[in-house]
Amino acid sequence: MKRLRSVFLAPSWAVMLCLMIVPLGIVLLYSLLTRGAYGGAGLPWSLESYRRLADPLYLAVLARSFWIAGVTTVLCVMLGFPLALFISRSGPRKNLYLSLVILPFWTSFLIRIYAWMFLLRDTGLINTVLARLHLIREPLPLLYNDGAVILGLVYAYLPFMVLPLYATLERLDPILLDAAADLGARPWEAMLRVTLPLARAGFIAGSVLVFIPCIGAYLTPDLLGGGKTVLIGNLIQNQFTTARDWPFGAAASLVLMALVMALLMFLIRRRGEALL
Amino acid sequence: MKLGVLELRDISKSFPGHQAVDRVTFEIPRGEFFSLLGPSGCGKTTTLRLVAGFDSPTSGEIFLNGASIQDRKPYERNVSTVFQNYALFPHLTVQQNVEFGLRRSTPPPDLADRVRGVLELVQLTRKESRYPGELSGGEKQRVALARSLVVQPDVLLLDEPLSALDPNLRKHVRAELKSLQRRVGITFLFVTHDQEEALSLSDRIAVMNGGRIEQVGTPQELYLKPRSRFVASFLGQVNWIDGFGVRPEAIRISKSNPDGVSCRPATITRSSFLGNRIHVESRFPDGAPVVAEVSRLEENFREGESVHLWWRAADELRFGD
Repeated sequence: MKRLRSVFLAPSWAVMLCLMIVPLGIVLLYSLLTRGAYGGAGLPWSLESYRRLADPLYLAVLARSFWIAGVTTVLCVMLGFPLALFISRSGPRKNLYLSLVILPFWTSFLIRIYAWMFLLRDTGLINTVLARLHLIREPLPLLYNDGAVILGLVYAYLPFMVLPLYATLERLDPILLDAAADLGARPWEAMLRVTLPLARAGFIAGSVLVFIPCIGAYLTPDLLGGGKTVLIGNLIQNQFTTARDWPFGAAASLVLMALVMALLMFLIRRRGEALL
Repeated sequence: MKLGVLELRDISKSFPGHQAVDRVTFEIPRGEFFSLLGPSGCGKTTTLRLVAGFDSPTSGEIFLNGASIQDRKPYERNVSTVFQNYALFPHLTVQQNVEFGLRRSTPPPDLADRVRGVLELVQLTRKESRYPGELSGGEKQRVALARSLVVQPDVLLLDEPLSALDPNLRKHVRAELKSLQRRVGITFLFVTHDQEEALSLSDRIAVMNGGRIEQVGTPQELYLKPRSRFVASFLGQVNWIDGFGVRPEAIRISKSNPDGVSCRPATITRSSFLGNRIHVESRFPDGAPVVAEVSRLEENFREGESVHLWWRAADELRFGD
């Protein structure tokens, strides 16, 4: 029995080892090396990259990333909860609505971001229509700012909030809402005291699924923020490409990972049953 | 006649292609234990939901303390429900579940006393901080009762509250429920498909069939003077003989032809000893089966034995139909 178990687990362990633990080790090694004169990395061993991360400039980038990811998560909660509630109460149309939520995944993410750029830019659809209607003289600055980045992130990650929320709301026994009304709770009280607390697991799962990818996002801020909105993801990407400072990029990656892990551990400690 | 606390007047409820409740009328005096009894699908649970306000009647009127309530929302009616599966809030402790109906915008000043009192009443002290998932079926049922009683409803609605319990516990809880109702003095509207439950608990019973009330009466009236074949056979067993009914326990058996009574010959097909009584199955010469329950003090009967059956004319159940 035990042997059979290890036989079936072996492929997973091999994948974890080759694609996760070994690469992480390589990243760790690089973060401890010194930047070469023409890129790359070499000896001597050094903690210089980690020391540089403490620079206020980089701390500000990190803080901005947490801020943008946080705002995105809150907006996803505010938009996702009513949507998930609506779908969970739609009876036979549930599956149709759920597939509509997932529909955008059928197209490449890059194409969808470019579509947003066509909508938002100065000569884009929104500004053109508004100008033709003589509602504006100058095009509205819709693209290449924080607002555009948050819009893109909310758009990209909303389904990751809706799906876990839907899963918890779907399991909520409607008789509990009858019981609440029966005990004198008005609909909004039943919402606050029964529906919202029972959807907690969905809120936590959805927030984790939105916040973590957002904190490392680099494509959306790069394209919709126009490079002006530097987030930690862009910083790391730059170190490995244009800046050619691999040790610093590796150190920044590891610190970001450690911060996210610490946040997750904190959540699991406090609300373990909801996450697992 | 005391003033009725709850009155249903010509209440009907139809769903597409289905008449669930059909012109139901009854009135319950304050403090009465009133049961709706009938097979599944007879409309008893729908009637209860109409009183609670979860559904609205197609026609008819409902009065609570003389005021028409059928246009009020569930949270505007002073009735509360013990649900079949209890519907306890899984994220709240026993204490919080019981407090739910009291924690309003202005909680009553004696909230803590009332919660403690009702938890004592249902013997759940020391379990206040448990979650419903950590309770046994009987305990959940008592939390559900406490949660509904603590808001002091005019009528407590109970939707088959004993059916989710195992049979041994059920009898015990039944006795508790009865004494609880006597002590708190709250009017109970109790829905069940179990005739024994209804007979042993109720002051009065309405027997329902196909959305209609067949008969309303005390347990004795319904058992001894059923007004229809349905009521007669739903409450206890009946032998149908020449168009009238005779209860098994009304049938007497003797080996010799007794003097002075008209009796009918029959053949014993089976005799089972049940401890306090004997269950005797027999057949008339035309093959029709007859079941009798006799005292174990009477003679023993063997299979194949020829006997005479007789009963008092007053024990014959006769119906117009």
